[in-house]
Amino acid sequence: MSNNLVYKTQCDVKAELDNYKQLVEDVLSMAKKKGASAAEVEASLSEGVSIEVRNNDIDKLEFNKDKGIGITVYLGKASASVSSSDTTLKALEDTVDKAIAIAKVIEEDQYSGIAEKELLAFDYPDLDLYHPWDISIDGLIDIAKECEQKAFSLDKRIVNSEGSFINTYSGIDLYGNTNNFIGSFAESRHSYGCSLIAKQDQEMHTDYWNTVARVPTNLKSINEIAQIAVQRTVSKLGTKKIKTERLPVIFNFSAAKTLIASFLGAISGGALYRGASFLLDSIGHKVFSDSITLLEKPYLLQGIGSSAYDGDGVKTQERALVDKGILQGYLLSCYSARRLGLKSTGNSGGVHNLHIKLPEQAQSFDDMVKSLKKGIIITDLMGQGINTITGDYSQGASGFMVENGEITHPVREITVASNLKDMFTNITSVGSDIDTRGNIQVGSLLVDNMMVASS
Amino acid sequence: MKNKELVYAKDLILEPAGLNVNHIETILGKALIPGVDFADLYFEQVYAESLSLEDGKVKDAGYSVDKGVGLRVISGEKTGYAYSDDIALKSLENSVLAAKNIVNHGQNKQIKLESLAKEKNNLISHDLYTSLNPLESISIEDKKALLESVDKEARKFDTKIKKVEVSLSGSYKVVLIANSLGLLIPDIRPLVRLNVSVIAEDNNGRKESGSSGGGGRFGYMEFTKDNWHLDQAKEAARIALLNLESKSAPAGMMPVALGSGWPGVLLHEAVGHGLEGDFNRKKSSAFHDKLGEQVASSLCTVVDNGTLESKRGSLNIDDEGVPTQNTVLIEKGILKGYMQDRLNAKLMNTVSTGNGRRESFAHIPMPRMTNTYMLPGNHNKEEIISSIKKGLYAVSFNGGQVDITSGQFVFVASEAYFVEDGKIKYPVKGATLIGNGPEVLKKVSMVGNDLRLDPGIGTCGKDGQSVPVCVGQPTIKIDELTVGGTQSE
Repeated sequence: MSNNLVYKTQCDVKAELDNYKQLVEDVLSMAKKKGASAAEVEASLSEGVSIEVRNNDIDKLEFNKDKGIGITVYLGKASASVSSSDTTLKALEDTVDKAIAIAKVIEEDQYSGIAEKELLAFDYPDLDLYHPWDISIDGLIDIAKECEQKAFSLDKRIVNSEGSFINTYSGIDLYGNTNNFIGSFAESRHSYGCSLIAKQDQEMHTDYWNTVARVPTNLKSINEIAQIAVQRTVSKLGTKKIKTERLPVIFNFSAAKTLIASFLGAISGGALYRGASFLLDSIGHKVFSDSITLLEKPYLLQGIGSSAYDGDGVKTQERALVDKGILQGYLLSCYSARRLGLKSTGNSGGVHNLHIKLPEQAQSFDDMVKSLKKGIIITDLMGQGINTITGDYSQGASGFMVENGEITHPVREITVASNLKDMFTNITSVGSDIDTRGNIQVGSLLVDNMMVASS
Repeated sequence: MKNKELVYAKDLILEPAGLNVNHIETILGKALIPGVDFADLYFEQVYAESLSLEDGKVKDAGYSVDKGVGLRVISGEKTGYAYSDDIALKSLENSVLAAKNIVNHGQNKQIKLESLAKEKNNLISHDLYTSLNPLESISIEDKKALLESVDKEARKFDTKIKKVEVSLSGSYKVVLIANSLGLLIPDIRPLVRLNVSVIAEDNNGRKESGSSGGGGRFGYMEFTKDNWHLDQAKEAARIALLNLESKSAPAGMMPVALGSGWPGVLLHEAVGHGLEGDFNRKKSSAFHDKLGEQVASSLCTVVDNGTLESKRGSLNIDDEGVPTQNTVLIEKGILKGYMQDRLNAKLMNTVSTGNGRRESFAHIPMPRMTNTYMLPGNHNKEEIISSIKKGLYAVSFNGGQVDITSGQFVFVASEAYFVEDGKIKYPVKGATLIGNGPEVLKKVSMVGNDLRLDPGIGTCGKDGQSVPVCVGQPTIKIDELTVGGTQSE
């Protein structure tokens, strides 16, 4: 009877760390032996389970187990990257051979190569990212069920559910190169939430909320998640049309996050060396209004985006990317740094915990709304209308109308348009309602003077 | 039944792991305990490569080999899934134990999927594409030469073209599907893609980009036929230069003519996703209670057809072993049917339409589109444009997005013109079109006779899974649509 629950959610992938270190070392020396002048290797192993519950019964129960190895070999300045999910010796030999064969016919790139020795993070701290969840499958299912049932009980306009979901994952990641660097860390990540459907008359809307943490005990309570999910979903009911006009726009914390992501895209090395950014040569220049200070914090213990070294093995930096509106630095990998004649900033693979620093005059979300005579709040953005080359911005959106400091009704099928350069400098207020779930943590942002179009 | 392919797939995937058909039967038998309605195994081996050119040099290359197997167990509405990149008897047995976990939880609705007899009749497959490995279709030197010729062509188009990137990618996927109804069927799927993107800069330092490309289920040599690859270089350059001349898009409600081909992404976003079986079974789609109702103007007939030769969205069989078909979704404006996979079809008392797809062995199949397009009407393109008093002619798009539940969709024009008194006036940039899926097709007032499918550039994402698709349509006129630009009236 009881051969169910064969899967322990507390899988100990960390026990594989030494084997994988050996694997990385073996592959690096194999590449050298086969004629590579340099090489780098990434390896990972992860295990997890994800569950979806709908209408109080399991919809999907999925067990994940992934492993993989990626190898880049260099023959002087020519390189090739090869990956495989097969980590047997024979497969690895084939993989390295294939990489060398390709590198032989590829043209040289004077900027290519592994990181310079002095940039590598030979000494790095443990960032406390590994906290597997000691819970049974039944325990996980119960949380998901309870979250959905709680949501249904809170508001009768919640007529259906797209499912309550829960997942837990643990893994190890390794990176090594032939400058004698091997870095490794174990990490875990847990999350649950629910996705709801609210209906009233002919209108039907969906929204969700979730909680994410490295440590299971840091997950928010079921009540909190269900309440926020319900509030977000039912608040969309009662949509009215609005006029096409120029208005101030509050980007709520989740919409604001996408603005910051567009900024990060524009200061990333790939966009810069291609000349494909509206923020070329902007270091030392004012790119945001005075109220914006953005900090990169790679060394936060248990942080979702924490990392002591980047995808090149380069030591990450605690720094201000933007200080009182002035751009302080770019996001560079070794390759893009060389292309630009600069030094790597430890951002191969992206930014590590980008947090807004609240200015003294930061406002609560409610105060921000009260300050508006007429404007809109954007909660959801859709579409691919952001041009990183020019900064032109035109997105589909939905949210709420604000008149005389009060939210009057939801709006949808609207578009908001402007240029990111103007939007960034037109940020007139910074919200203290910071969303602490992700790698980018900002609160609501009030952007003056945007074109809002509606039917 | 394709015996040659079956032998090949077994030799490639099963034989090195010491597995044979008996092992598969044993595993499926172990999965089929009381309470389990259906079980299937999806074996996959994929070879993929990419080659890209930047600054006139082919200096970036990648290659990967991935293989694995996914085991699925269905009990009523519940799905249990476990996968492994280790194709071996031991890991298959572990997968069975893990996936079976669903059966001991909650109540089961006892249902049977299609009967064995019916399934046997379904042991058919189309023959829509070559089973040759595209990665080996031309030499690496020829691949490099192809990229270099595209680069040269783009640069010589105009001195304003400052930056050219060309990429070539291909994959060769061998799948083998077995299920508890007795099906064992292979498919061998080639897929290639060429893309060129350029940045143009004028004397004032203004920059704009343009891109073009395409692909499908064939070998790389198709790209150089009739210099198709060079045409892509010219097209990317033309769009970038056009955008340098473009003015800001108008904002507000106006009539919009949509070009043929890729703007069919409108159908994909506005109605396609809403007609996928899972959203309708769960009643989360805006279309879930509209079967038999008028959902589009009577000029609109929309199909999802996975059986077109060599197209990017085509499949001989879907990822559950069901042959693809030509499914009428909307006929003369009336909603006729949904796209189904096995699970959702059974739960909705119908049969799979061959739309059960998955990104890889690490993913659960779900209803997905293949090649989705609107059938042609009677008007020619010129008639449609000349009927617009003041509005937009959107020739091509960057892509789009939809909210299935509210029906709201968005797409962004990459090439568009302002039209006044039936005449094209000037190019505009940054036009975002937004509307409501169930509403927009009711506003289609003219349908052109120039049906085209996109050149093979579409990738559709749903629940974190990406699959290649095609979209298409003739030129159509929508009487009013919200355009989001920066220019007020």
